[in-house]
Amino acid sequence: MGTLLFLIAKRLFLGLLTLLVISVIIFFMVELLPGDIAEAVLGMGATEENLAALRKQMGLDQPAPVRYLNWLSGAVVGDFGTSLISGERVTTIIGQRFMNTLFLAAYAAVIAVPFAITLGVIVALLRNTLFDRVANVVTLTSISSPEFFLGYILILYFSVQTGMFPAISSLNADMTFLELLHRTFLPALTLVLVVTAHMMRMTRAAIINLLASPYIEMARLKGMPPWKVIVKHALPNAWAPIINVVALNLAYLITGVVLVEVVFVYPGIGQSLVDAVSKRDFPVVQACCLIFAATFILLNIAADVGAILTNPRLRHPK
Amino acid sequence: MSASNKQVLLEIKDLKIEGFTGEEWIPIIKGVDLTLHRGEVMGLIGESGAGKSTIGAAAMGFARDGTRISDGTIEFDGMELTTATEEDRRALRGARIAYVAQSAAASFNPAHKIIDQHTEAPLHYRIQKRLEAQEDAMELYERLRLPNPQEIGFRYPHQVSGGQLQRAMTAMAMACRPDLIIFDEPTTALDVTTQIEVLAAIRDIVDQFDTAAIYITHDLAVVAQMADTIKVLLKGEEVEEAPTKEMLDSPKEDYTKSLWAVRSLRREQKSRPQGATPVVSVQNVDAAYTGGVKVLDDVSFDIYEGMTVAVVGESGSGKSTTARCITGLLPPKKGQILFRGEPLPPSYLKRTKDQLRQAQMIYQMADTALNPKVRISEIIGRPAQFYSGLHGGALKQRVDELLDLIELEPSKFYDRFPPELSGGQKQRIGIARALAAEPTFIICDEVTSALDQLVAEGILKLLNRLQSELNLAYMFITHDLATVRSIADEVVVMQHGRVVEQGPKDEMFTPPHHPYTDLLLSSVPEMDPEWLTSLLEERGVDNVGEAANV
Repeated sequence: MGTLLFLIAKRLFLGLLTLLVISVIIFFMVELLPGDIAEAVLGMGATEENLAALRKQMGLDQPAPVRYLNWLSGAVVGDFGTSLISGERVTTIIGQRFMNTLFLAAYAAVIAVPFAITLGVIVALLRNTLFDRVANVVTLTSISSPEFFLGYILILYFSVQTGMFPAISSLNADMTFLELLHRTFLPALTLVLVVTAHMMRMTRAAIINLLASPYIEMARLKGMPPWKVIVKHALPNAWAPIINVVALNLAYLITGVVLVEVVFVYPGIGQSLVDAVSKRDFPVVQACCLIFAATFILLNIAADVGAILTNPRLRHPK
Repeated sequence: MSASNKQVLLEIKDLKIEGFTGEEWIPIIKGVDLTLHRGEVMGLIGESGAGKSTIGAAAMGFARDGTRISDGTIEFDGMELTTATEEDRRALRGARIAYVAQSAAASFNPAHKIIDQHTEAPLHYRIQKRLEAQEDAMELYERLRLPNPQEIGFRYPHQVSGGQLQRAMTAMAMACRPDLIIFDEPTTALDVTTQIEVLAAIRDIVDQFDTAAIYITHDLAVVAQMADTIKVLLKGEEVEEAPTKEMLDSPKEDYTKSLWAVRSLRREQKSRPQGATPVVSVQNVDAAYTGGVKVLDDVSFDIYEGMTVAVVGESGSGKSTTARCITGLLPPKKGQILFRGEPLPPSYLKRTKDQLRQAQMIYQMADTALNPKVRISEIIGRPAQFYSGLHGGALKQRVDELLDLIELEPSKFYDRFPPELSGGQKQRIGIARALAAEPTFIICDEVTSALDQLVAEGILKLLNRLQSELNLAYMFITHDLATVRSIADEVVVMQHGRVVEQGPKDEMFTPPHHPYTDLLLSSVPEMDPEWLTSLLEERGVDNVGEAANV
């Protein structure tokens, strides 16, 4: 057990180190952009005096490493500074939106992950049958279609023609949880369609990869029916690659959903990022990038740990 | 055992099985008959490709992926398996016909506890409740003399040794008290000392429950201990069948006689040249892998020009690690390696090209040691180019020479790829690759243990010939004492990372021995069908397990 905790601690430490390196990159990439924040704020017509005054006010006259350390020490305690555009705290702008994004990602994941893995097991069991091929074609089609296209098709059928679900997923504070689920069903479904294929195909491939193993033949020669061979003997040994793909897709659900947010007018963090980039609101951009990086790192660590936990050799050392 | 007055359990008639090559179906089994009575043990022997395993699987009504039963009948206790539904056939497996595979380590599912895999079939067939099945498993573990029978089942397969797993697998096959068990090379992957425990355990339990068995192996001495009758197969056809004693005493067919005669290769023992420096001298070497566990402890021995030193011992005794130290893949923690009296840098990274050239390796698995996507000419040509700087016509000529040297026709093999070659041919390519560097010293790591006896003999003869022609020194790593007897000049016996005994071969094979050498020597199965019985009596049956753990 001690070695396991050590492994996890090591992963976490390496993750933090990676995050630190990324924070440096994020900060200095913004530094590299032509012009500085003061010019961006005051626009083309600003005089030198005005610029100098603003720079002093924002601390821009200090050398870059000092500013980086200031920014980092703030970020560590969750203070990303103030927006250049609205003057609000960055945390206020993106905090609620990030929660919304997490909610939508969780909603989609709760449906997509069990669905994709179950489907993967079934197509592995019925491999090379008509069902297998149809499932493959359908999921591949959905992953190959642009998200906005899928979103509009869903709106067309479920909102415009049948009126079952709202086309716009705007949120307000006094909604019940059920209302919330109803309101956000279509964006969640779009995301489910986008991420299912990947996870399903990996589940299928990971299982089929194991079917030539001697222990699978042993299970068959013990008289186990095909579904038991797959579920009891192949699946428990196939988790590591499946968990990795799941983690990758979860990261995508959090960081890559801006198109879906736009289509359904959903107040998520993706939209804030796009807004901030177009308005050169650097503190917001930096904050979003750092949050996304942390998400990726955290999910990858989770996948590593998951792979370790499903490996009996590591779980039960000699 | 008088099989004839017992009831017939399994009757296979004119069985034909085909395999798919990717283009067409070709025959693997070409019409084999087999009759097995209740309680009878039949040995199926033959070289790889003879179809032994395929017949074993067919006896369970099972055709492996890519094969199909194309003709013939398989009648098990009144039920015709070839025409039965898959459900009916499946209902026999695990319940009335059980299977014991070659590698228990690979055939136990790493994700489940041993006892859960044991009780799977009884629970599936609703023969026992979970607790009953577990009790029964523990009782079987005890009968098979596994240590801690109450507890061992609750471990995962990787927490148990290979010999113990093989016995646990035999116990698992017994779970539903089947009428027939197929043993598919159950001891081939084990050390000789471990093999004895497993053989004794299998024989006991088959006797106790009067279970019929098909025992598949390529080892004649093993089958002599286990079987009532022996059937010899060659390329999917039966050569002959006879009761064990009769088969051993007077084989009728030429092929059988040739199998019996294989162990006759013997070479004159050479002695050390007077006053010469050894080619390789291993001096007081300690080694450890990362993690710190010491795997070699004060290992010393010398290898002289033109001589073969066999390094023997069980798996884990440090044979291959010693080879890794000599080649510099694993720098020793202490001690040094001398080459012609000069110390070699510990790591291969620090050695000169010429030092690297002098010591070459040939590996056990020619299959994995040759890149399947590279032509033979390049596999052999690459070291010739690297070490001797040959190019163009000179290089081609050198490759042709090397192919001649290993008795493969250059024009036929020059442009081919490894997967198109047989096991023996691949091993020859491995030898040619080592020779291409023009070494003075070659490490042969279990080079014949993956090969059939006749093919292995061919390789050994080739190595002998090359040695006398090129004056090569060999370090021959093996666990097979028959091989040692036929080719070695000197023997080094290793156990737990130490050298326990070393000396000229003839001395090593004549008593008195070190107790461990004695254990190794006495554990090598002999053709005499009474060998196992008398050995067990000598050692005391209850001590089999302990004897192997000395």
